[in-house]
Amino acid sequence: MNPVLQVRDLRKSFGGIVAVDGVSFEVEEREILGIIGPNGSGKSTLFNCILGQLQPSAGDVRLDGRPVTGMRPCDLNRRGVSRTFQLLQIFPQLTVRANLILAGQEHQGSMLSRLVGRPDAGLSAVAERMLGFFRLEHLADEKAGGLSYGQQKLLDVAMAFMAGPRLALLDEPAGGVNPTMLANLRERLKAINTEQGATFVVIEHNMEFVMTLCDRILVLAEGRIIAQGAPADVRRDPTVIEAYLGRS
Amino acid sequence: MLPAFFILIGTNTFGLPFWLAAILGGAATLILLGLAFKKLMVDPMIHHGVLPLVIATIGLAILMKEAVREFYGADAWPFPALWATTDVTVFGAVFAVQSLLILAVCIVVVGALQLFLAGTLTGRCMQATAQNPAVARLLGIRVERMVLYTFLINAGLVWIAALLVTPIYLAKFTNGEILGLYAFIAAIIGGFNQARGAILGGLLLGVIDNFCAVYISSNYRMAIPLLILIVVILVRPQGLLGRVEERTV
Amino acid sequence: MTWSRKIVSVGILALASAFLLFAPLGLKPYGIFILSMWAVMTIAAIGLNLTLGYAGQISLAQAAFVGIGAYVTGWLTTKGAWPFWPTYFLGFASCFVVGWLLGYPALRVQHHYLAFVTLAFNTLVYLVFRNEEWLTNGIYGLTNVPRPSLFGYSLKGAKEFYYFCLAHLVFVSAATWWLIRSPWGRAFVAVRENPIRALSLGVDTRRYTLMAFAIGAGLGGISGTLYAPLTQFVDPTPFALGLSLNLLLMVVLGGSGYFFGPFLGAVVAVLLPEWLRFAQGYYLMGYAVLVIVMMAFWPSGLLGLADRLLKR
Repeated sequence: MNPVLQVRDLRKSFGGIVAVDGVSFEVEEREILGIIGPNGSGKSTLFNCILGQLQPSAGDVRLDGRPVTGMRPCDLNRRGVSRTFQLLQIFPQLTVRANLILAGQEHQGSMLSRLVGRPDAGLSAVAERMLGFFRLEHLADEKAGGLSYGQQKLLDVAMAFMAGPRLALLDEPAGGVNPTMLANLRERLKAINTEQGATFVVIEHNMEFVMTLCDRILVLAEGRIIAQGAPADVRRDPTVIEAYLGRS
Repeated sequence: MLPAFFILIGTNTFGLPFWLAAILGGAATLILLGLAFKKLMVDPMIHHGVLPLVIATIGLAILMKEAVREFYGADAWPFPALWATTDVTVFGAVFAVQSLLILAVCIVVVGALQLFLAGTLTGRCMQATAQNPAVARLLGIRVERMVLYTFLINAGLVWIAALLVTPIYLAKFTNGEILGLYAFIAAIIGGFNQARGAILGGLLLGVIDNFCAVYISSNYRMAIPLLILIVVILVRPQGLLGRVEERTV
Repeated sequence: MTWSRKIVSVGILALASAFLLFAPLGLKPYGIFILSMWAVMTIAAIGLNLTLGYAGQISLAQAAFVGIGAYVTGWLTTKGAWPFWPTYFLGFASCFVVGWLLGYPALRVQHHYLAFVTLAFNTLVYLVFRNEEWLTNGIYGLTNVPRPSLFGYSLKGAKEFYYFCLAHLVFVSAATWWLIRSPWGRAFVAVRENPIRALSLGVDTRRYTLMAFAIGAGLGGISGTLYAPLTQFVDPTPFALGLSLNLLLMVVLGGSGYFFGPFLGAVVAVLLPEWLRFAQGYYLMGYAVLVIVMMAFWPSGLLGLADRLLKR
């Protein structure tokens, strides 16, 4: 099977500090891959390198076999890669509906059509479906800044899926979400994975969340992969336990 | 412009001897353009963002200009110089004593400022505050006070500049606008976060400006510094001697 | 928007429109001239509001674009004996192109750096206006700039030309309204609020900021092409840095990023000094104090203040 994402020997150093030290992995279509690891293991840096936010010092990234290393984030997004951020990044001044339409509009038509065409870029129906899917319909015309944190998180995730991405990279989607919302979020993510057929890569600290959501887990420590496999196996792996808890 | 008028009020209105008027004028400058400016304008507005403060300072500039014009007058007044207006000949080149003195004062002031910033505890605290106010606060540095010192030093330097420059340009309410612009350009070209940068920028600009006026065209005198400014900002925004400021994402 | 807000807004708009339509009937020619000047300056301020208020880019070059527009129309209609309409389009197009060319390198830097580059550009353009006498007549200026005629109907009179300017203002406002409501408008807000997030959603921030800058410049050009026949005299002095700062004032004072901000800002910056003229020297000081107080207490401008008041 052709993997959707291939990362080969990715390396990133900042001066003398090596944040990512030769990481290689592949993600198959429709797979939900989780990346875990103690603080400072290089997870976010890895994401930023894959997404073009940072230039890797070495190695390459391929999307559907084509090299995309260091591509500009907006171009990468138009190739079908979307992401969410660790720190919530919605647009508080715009309404929930406007946020969603914004998230999808750059994939519709050209610059010119966006100027002279319909104000909603033809995305009203898609936005409605997304609102329904994440149960945010009653908030559609509220300014996004007025939502609760949990609702904003759902909006953030919804925005990542407006354009029907090929690959979605989610950076700590469970961060700061209360336990009742968590179950809902996980269930929605699984549902959208089935419905859109997207491939996910998820960074998470919340063990329970990531173990129940993901098909496969990668464990990063000090910039290197120290274990990978099914959630249950990774959980029991002594190297993983050691990385988190240290040697006794 | 303002310190010169403070001093003029001292001599012409109150009949004080020049040296006394100069000192009182300096005190007034420190209080009004240093302390009051910071406490009444900058502090309340800085957390609204830079743009409102910029607009407010534009308003303040208009206010100061018009206040001087309205309450003192629109003429250009002579201003006593601190030295004789004679010339001196060195190796066949004629120098105005005025120019040499200005140069000397400039070197002394800048040297003193450098010594202060690098050599004294307060100076180093000020540098720390500029680089990372949050950490400086954690280390026990009184950040508010350090910022106040910068405003006071600025007011003091402005007072010195007024004393040096006003005898040449005469005291007029429109003074300072062009010079202020040149000062900004010099600071950016030289490097904003370095005192050395400001000196280099000022020197470079002064020399280039005068060469252009004589050898190229006096009509386009301002054009060369502006072009250099554009090039520097686009190619090396931190200035010739400046250090790139680290941005946290 | 709640119903009460809608009613208040519509009411104010109706009153203002009535004033703009009927006031000239009771004003002397000088009063009508000032009102026309307000309309022309509002167009330039709308352009700057697009660049600054919506796309978040600080530009101190707007006066240069107004100047370019004014000189294009002024020169072509006097020395070239062109009719007005082609110069109108040329004024917009040339400013759009110059804006694009300036923005291409300049928009790579942010905030205060961009302000300085645009400041330098404005001053350079002013120097060219002043020094190139063979082209612009230098400080002597271009005199007797004719007013256009519309389908044979002459617009020379103060009232007629005022309605002409008003019509342009309405047209520019409508076009800007369309722009803000379109996906471009949303993209501008995204670029202003959070460029990194915008990039990750596929928004080409460079392309959009460039467009906002160029369109803003083009609108400045339109303002200039109307300025020339309004004053019937084009000289370099109005297009120096002072006007750029004044336009910036208009945008921020009215409410940066609010659609009607420029209208209000231009009222304060154009009409207020005229009405305060009786106070002689003090009016500028009063104006300055007003600006300072407004920035201290209501930095989001008059419309920002109105917004907060109406929320209660």
